[in-house]
Amino acid sequence: MKTKELIWAIITLSEKELRRFLRIWVQTLVPPAVTTSLYFVIFGSLIGPRIGAMDGFDYIQFMIPGLIMLAVITAAYSNVVSSFYGVKFQRAIEELLISPMPNWAILFGYVVGGVARGVMIGVIVFLVSLIFYPNFEIQNYGLTILVLFLTSIMFSLMGFINAVYADSFDDIAVIPTFVLTPLIYLGGVFYSINILPDIWRNISLANPMLYVVNTFREGMLGSSDVSIPLALGMMVGFIFLFTAICLYLLHKGIGIRQ
Amino acid sequence: MSEYALEIIGLKKVYDNNVEALKGIDLKITKGDFFALLGPNGAGKSSTIGIISSITNKTDGNIKIFGVDIDQNFPKAKSFLGVVAQEINFSQFEKVEDIVITQAGFYGIPKEVAKARCKNLLKKLSLWDKRKDQARNLSGGQKRRLMIAKALVHEPKLLILDEPTAGVDIELRRDMWEFLSDINKKGTTIILTTHYLEEAEQHCNNIAIIDEGSIVENTSMKELLSRLSIQSFVLDLENEIQELPNLSIFDLKSEDSKTLIATLTKDDDLNTLFHKLSEHGIKVKSMRNEQNRLEELFIKLVKEKDEN
Repeated sequence: MKTKELIWAIITLSEKELRRFLRIWVQTLVPPAVTTSLYFVIFGSLIGPRIGAMDGFDYIQFMIPGLIMLAVITAAYSNVVSSFYGVKFQRAIEELLISPMPNWAILFGYVVGGVARGVMIGVIVFLVSLIFYPNFEIQNYGLTILVLFLTSIMFSLMGFINAVYADSFDDIAVIPTFVLTPLIYLGGVFYSINILPDIWRNISLANPMLYVVNTFREGMLGSSDVSIPLALGMMVGFIFLFTAICLYLLHKGIGIRQ
Repeated sequence: MSEYALEIIGLKKVYDNNVEALKGIDLKITKGDFFALLGPNGAGKSSTIGIISSITNKTDGNIKIFGVDIDQNFPKAKSFLGVVAQEINFSQFEKVEDIVITQAGFYGIPKEVAKARCKNLLKKLSLWDKRKDQARNLSGGQKRRLMIAKALVHEPKLLILDEPTAGVDIELRRDMWEFLSDINKKGTTIILTTHYLEEAEQHCNNIAIIDEGSIVENTSMKELLSRLSIQSFVLDLENEIQELPNLSIFDLKSEDSKTLIATLTKDDDLNTLFHKLSEHGIKVKSMRNEQNRLEELFIKLVKEKDEN
């Protein structure tokens, strides 16, 4: 394909992905806003004042970066896993396989969809959080936006790998329910690992979600339990690794071609 | 540039369950041909089409589309190809026009150009009124026509039609064939698989019959049909007859008082038959083949292969 044609093909697939989740906005954009509002009401406004400060911040203020990450990770992952598995299930994947689009362009289009939904959800949850904590100020805009994008890219790629291997709708729910959600909840969304006993603190350091949540918290609040260069390096490393896996799967046609 | 639209050389496919779907087939289809690829269910037609369109991985062999080897320059080879698959393969929740325009976009066609082509195709395929409908609300025949629009929007030089008229009613089927014959006349090479053998006989110039992963016949439609040693015709008579006329040189049977079945050998002449009937005061109102000729040959060839 010529460069112009390739650019147009990528724009087309990206647009299709955006259209898909915007068409069903009640299912894709509203639920995180509702769930986050409930978290803020229950844990922030009702229980939060009894907990007191966490790492020197109001509890509701401490929770905001964690809840945004929770929503962003879930949105980016589920967007790509459900969309790509959906096209496999409906055989619409053939539209792409028959076309001259290279594999990397197909992957890029799906990641754009996941990142767009992840970032959009991040902004929505942040706006909801301002209703409950209007004086919130972001400390480092550059780091916050960088982590928002890196996280969305990383989990979009993970969602893609899950979708490639999925053979049923059960398969696309297993990883988010039994792996991602527990790791995110135990990854410092609701607490600082400094309050844990040493043994649990050390175990928590092996949870990759901790690095994602804390790097984002560093950007928003200027406070983190982990080394920021290490966390950013890990995220970039995982993005390269997952990209390589996705391209290998597409090249071999695993889960896609007979 | 090659004189062939499609060249298949030693194509093999063995599935993970060790089923050998293709046993090294060779096939050449010339540019501008209307070609029938026929075979019973499970013969290897869909595997062949799947490999050409890269939905299925091949085990061995080579494929060239307009001289471009799919292993050397897959994007270029694919840009020549349009495929109407047997199964519905578009998102059922998207609007009809979005499906066609998006497919054009995957080939790098700008939206404005795609919109104009989409309008033209949807009008020709009687889907223009449905352009704003979600695809899931279309009837079976409309979905098949949408598949054709989708496959043609990038103006491919080689079009593969895998059972294109399944579920399409007679009137629309006729319109569809007119449309496909027209694009064939304008230069698009067409490969057709169908279970309606009269359609293949009517439209295709050349034919290959595949069975159990091997090509059992590959020739021109005319040559294949000329191999028929006998043909049976149904003759509808203008008036009732009381008894069967005795025409010694022809094998005649009476279906009812106004219908005769005449079986002719290769050397028999229809004019002589009509002349003889006329001598007996019998006028023929209309005539048709008793059975589809291609169907007869198809069954014979597949049976022979099974016996061997």
